[in-house]
Amino acid sequence: MKAVVWHGTNDVRVERVPDPTILNPRDAIIRVTTTAICGSDLHLLDGFIPTMKAGDILGHEFMGEVVDVGTENTRLKVGDRVVVPFTIACGRCFFCERQLWSLCDNSNPNAWMAEKLYGFSGSGLFGYSHMMGGYAGGQAQFVRVPFADVGPIKISDGLTDEQVLFLSDIFPTGYMAAENCNINPGDTIAVWGCGPVGQMAIKSAFLLGAERVIAIDDVPERLKMAQEQSGAETVNFDDEQVFDRLKDLTGGMGPDACIDAVGLEAHGHTLDSYYDKVKTATMMATDRPNALRQAIHACRKGGVVSIPGVYGGFLDKMPFGAAFAKGLTFKMGQTHVMKYMQPLLDLVQEGAVDPSFVITHRLPIDQAPEAYKTFRDKKNECIKVILKPHGETVH
Amino acid sequence: MTSDINVAGVERWASALGGAALAAYGIRQLKDRSPSGAALTAAGTALIYRGATGHCPMYSAAGINTADSRDDTRTALSGARGVNVQETVTISRPADELYRFWRSFELLPSFMHHLVSVEQLDQCRSHWVAKAPAGRTIEWNAEIINEIPGELIGWRTLDGSEVVSAGSVRFKPAPGGRGTEVRVRLQYDPPGGKLGSTIAWMFGEEPSQTIREDLRRFKRLMETGEIPTTDGQPRGNR
Repeated sequence: MKAVVWHGTNDVRVERVPDPTILNPRDAIIRVTTTAICGSDLHLLDGFIPTMKAGDILGHEFMGEVVDVGTENTRLKVGDRVVVPFTIACGRCFFCERQLWSLCDNSNPNAWMAEKLYGFSGSGLFGYSHMMGGYAGGQAQFVRVPFADVGPIKISDGLTDEQVLFLSDIFPTGYMAAENCNINPGDTIAVWGCGPVGQMAIKSAFLLGAERVIAIDDVPERLKMAQEQSGAETVNFDDEQVFDRLKDLTGGMGPDACIDAVGLEAHGHTLDSYYDKVKTATMMATDRPNALRQAIHACRKGGVVSIPGVYGGFLDKMPFGAAFAKGLTFKMGQTHVMKYMQPLLDLVQEGAVDPSFVITHRLPIDQAPEAYKTFRDKKNECIKVILKPHGETVH
Repeated sequence: MTSDINVAGVERWASALGGAALAAYGIRQLKDRSPSGAALTAAGTALIYRGATGHCPMYSAAGINTADSRDDTRTALSGARGVNVQETVTISRPADELYRFWRSFELLPSFMHHLVSVEQLDQCRSHWVAKAPAGRTIEWNAEIINEIPGELIGWRTLDGSEVVSAGSVRFKPAPGGRGTEVRVRLQYDPPGGKLGSTIAWMFGEEPSQTIREDLRRFKRLMETGEIPTTDGQPRGNR
């Protein structure tokens, strides 16, 4: 089969690899009909995530048709159309039983690696480094899904792939980020980063009752999308001082909650962001957290900082004094996708949301290497790329 | 509450005789400055003590006599000398179920990857085959020296085995309905001669890590019915 394979920093290729097979009784094999490149895949392209190995198959946003099931998988049958969550969860451990799916105790075969770095390991993830399980990803024609009796959600024929694909990651991720803000009537939510997760967070914040959402980015078409698709107000950090502008927009109080939908590769024009670039470039730091610093600084007293953006290591120059002085609450982590899939599918089905609005590029899988770079460099107004692994008509 | 004597008559004599033999063997090894010799001497001495006094520190430590037993396995094996490992994991299953699976020794290789096979010889004794360096195997016999159904299994290798080791696994209900805390204690001879190095190889440079991975696989098997893996999945060229 064809698959998108990581070979090193800035080196992603499409290769012929063997087809996946059932390895465990609860597995299923999915014929992938649509997959996407996630913003977090760019951290892999840029070499920010440790324990990647040449030959790893990428991709954690995908859906398709069940073509094989293991002997113990009684929930799925061949022919089912499913969306697969990017987090892999056993459904039976302490954490799964408490809906903390992305913290599943059992799905990461390389838990010891994550334990060395983090003390404890989260769940396994598709196509996202060996520390996170080393599972082959879904930017491929076929993919093996472990614990497939827990994660995948069945989709009826009335909905298109594009409408439901993002239940695999970015829609639940944006939604959980907004839910973590504990939104009350009258609240203003500020969102750093208007990539796909930011767009979903903005949309979700309104769904959850936010009075106003302020979108922060420096890419004009992304700010425009936030405004047009969800009704957000916008701040372009190229033109304005973010802190001052947010304070001004909120009657001097600051936003009630701040969402960092940027993560470890923030780029900005503040002094600290140049400092981060130098430090990470010289291997003296692991993350560039300047969006997070801004969010902490700008958040109103007693507010919430919600972090769907991915962080990997040790963060430098965190304004913890500000966080303490203002009594902030921090909520973060990989998304508990399974908790949100059904309610969000219901919203899609009712027509309340159509998450496909973020898609700007539809390409055959062979063009994945270029697509990664186009997305990373934000060329051609690229916001979200979906890939067709089997070369169906790309419209 | 209980008498100090917790070893039955025949077993006391067997202990004393076996201990004497072990001590003699150990003393002979000591002349060659072998650390395992010291361990064997210590073990043998302890067995003599056990035979003479009718009190086994291993038994009492592992809680053979009493309901309020402690789960200490500082055994007579090698005093304070041996490698002592202790690891704990919480498993979302009832203690009794976990105990029954573990007690079916022939199933242990399904999650203990250094084992090739385990054969139950009778109610107490079992024969173990494990992987050794260079594709060889190492074998030994073990006996259960302590058992509380649903709670505790304590074992040691039998005299004359290639491997000198003792251990216990305890199943204790976890608070708040979280299942069972499974605590493994293992003690084995420090690396010394040929045999010492084999057991050291078996448990790796970090024995606690090896036990931890065994316990992790046990947890996964019991909670999910399978052991998650990526072995055999496709990948691109390396």
